[in-house]
Amino acid sequence: MSQPSLLSEIKDKHHVFSFMQSQASPVLNVDKQILLYLEGLSVSFDGFKAINDLNLYIRDGELRCIIGPNGAGKTTMMDIITGKTKPDTGSAWFGQTINLLELDEPAIAQAGIGRKFQKPTVFESLSVYDNLVLAMPDERLVFSLLFARLKGEQRDRIDEVMTLIGLQDHSAMRAGSLSHGQKQWLEIGMLLMQKPRLLLVDEPVAGMTHQEMDRTAELLVSLSGSHSVVVVEHDMDFVRQLAGKERTVTVLHQGSVLAEGSMDQVQNNQKVIEVYLGESQ
Amino acid sequence: MLLWNLIKQDRGGQILLALLALAIIIVPILNGLPSDHPLHIPTYMVAVMGKYLTLALLALSVDLVWGYLGILTLGHGAFFALGGYVMGMYLMRQIGDRGVYGHPELPDFMVFLNWDSLPWYWQGLDQFWFAAILIVLVPGLLAFIFGALAFRSRVSGVYLSIITQALTFALMLAFFRNEMGFGGNNGLTDFKDLLGFNLQARETRVGLFIASAIALALGYLLCRSVTQSRLGKVCVAVRDAESRSRFMGYRVENVKLWVFTLSAMIAGVAGALYVPQVGIINPNEFSPLNSIEIVVWVAVGGRATLYGAVAGAIFINYAKTWFTTELPDVWLFALGAIFILVTVLMPKGIVGLLRRKEGNA
Ligand SMILES: Nc1ncnc2c1ncn2[C@@H]1O[C@H](COP(=O)(O)OP(=O)(O)OP(=O)(O)O)[C@@H](O)[C@H]1O
Ligand SMILES: [Mg+2]
Repeated sequence: MSQPSLLSEIKDKHHVFSFMQSQASPVLNVDKQILLYLEGLSVSFDGFKAINDLNLYIRDGELRCIIGPNGAGKTTMMDIITGKTKPDTGSAWFGQTINLLELDEPAIAQAGIGRKFQKPTVFESLSVYDNLVLAMPDERLVFSLLFARLKGEQRDRIDEVMTLIGLQDHSAMRAGSLSHGQKQWLEIGMLLMQKPRLLLVDEPVAGMTHQEMDRTAELLVSLSGSHSVVVVEHDMDFVRQLAGKERTVTVLHQGSVLAEGSMDQVQNNQKVIEVYLGESQ
Repeated sequence: MLLWNLIKQDRGGQILLALLALAIIIVPILNGLPSDHPLHIPTYMVAVMGKYLTLALLALSVDLVWGYLGILTLGHGAFFALGGYVMGMYLMRQIGDRGVYGHPELPDFMVFLNWDSLPWYWQGLDQFWFAAILIVLVPGLLAFIFGALAFRSRVSGVYLSIITQALTFALMLAFFRNEMGFGGNNGLTDFKDLLGFNLQARETRVGLFIASAIALALGYLLCRSVTQSRLGKVCVAVRDAESRSRFMGYRVENVKLWVFTLSAMIAGVAGALYVPQVGIINPNEFSPLNSIEIVVWVAVGGRATLYGAVAGAIFINYAKTWFTTELPDVWLFALGAIFILVTVLMPKGIVGLLRRKEGNA
């Protein structure tokens, strides 16, 4: 096979030079029905192993709950998936083709992984509406951002999401003046706008009323199927509600998977009981 | 129409632009009155006001990156000075053989250093168009290189502020050296004319004032169009929650890089308009303290409003002029006191106070 010469590349007017191609990662491939592969992950902070030989597989369209005591490494795991923390060893793949460890945060987000933080983080001095606008995945280049205008269908989408998260009457309000629960909802709304294939949701119901919790559970369940959703939560009632009888629950402890199975299996697991009882003593 | 949309919701901007338009009409008229007329504005005052306008433009450029993007730059004086030096070089080349030594091409300081030809980087600067390009290009390029290094390696916060100080300090030391070819500690001065107009002439002074007012108005509209665009929203997002915007897919380093570069270019234009009105540019313009002062103007005026930066720059510089003529020893204390009072009592600056009175925060 001969390398095309630079000259012939220049002559071909349809040729796209490598420096002009976007750095988008390969196309997502989920032929094996697995969306996320985490294998043999370890990371330590100053000698302390926050993640220790972690293996986790998330199926395409699955809703997975992850529980575990404080400091189990749940947030750190999400940091690795989203590119914030690089692991010392192990691999992390999004589908069969996208190696997450080679990408940085924006590239991972653009590949289709969205994240909701443990502490709700919205853009406080922007309006609710603008928060949702920025979450739309369409424009990311500096110059297209300068000239970006909202299209009709984008507006409709924003209105739709605003109604869904119950903030339709607050669209012009500064996000910073929302209540804690409303910020949680806004952040969920931002995730929805982003249309990720995989949603990582860290403690979504902290600070919510029971009613709001029910609505959140309903929403997350409705998202599964077309999206994969990974939910980290301490609130056991909420987890039970999400997991139902069928869905898988994973228990993390000291940086690795302690148990995996249905909610009933996990709750009756001797090791899990010890860990939780040990903590509450 | 497009322009009106930009400032439709912007009371402060409307007032600013109206005042600038008024100044462009009134100042030449008042300056043209006989000198014993009570409303006469002497020509030296016109130049002082023109100088304030260029400093206001500089403050605007700092507000764009500090107010909206959260980059506390303590080195914008460098971009201002670089634009000023390019203009200074153009003005030096206009002197021709009218220098003290009468050399047909070389500025006096080069003759004094026994140089026999112009260094390469002085070539072409006898052409105004070329100087005009370099006025934005040189500061822009420096900002781009600096930003590419700093933002890509995610230097931020105090560390970034410190290296911007280091940048302007290093440039000051470099420009103090005679062999750099920028006139050493004397800088560039004794300018004669600009585009063929005598710089001492009343009409030229008025013309420079008008040019400064127009530059400030255009600079305002440019910054406003950035901050009102979706890019401007992303800037605020980066300022408020940088890592959140990364996880949303925004390349924070690129956003910072381009806005920082644009801001440096605006600062360069401000410097270029400043130099012919004050008649000199020397390495003290690079002094780290100068850059800190600009941030004080913006803080006093009110951050992240754009017009607040303009108000702060003009207010502080007017106070500075007053103090340095009336009570020169007190100036630095007064500046410190203003800064402390404003940051403690009016965290949103002067314009924050007006806005609160207006009742629409
Ligand atoms: N950047 C860091 N530097 C040092 N230690 C860290 C860092 N990030 C996390 N850790 C430590 O790693 C451990 C795991 O933290 P992580 O936040 O992942 O736990 P978690 O399971 O999310 O806990 P929680 O339920 O309280 O949110 C903790 O002991 C934490 O102190
Ligand atoms: Mg956590």
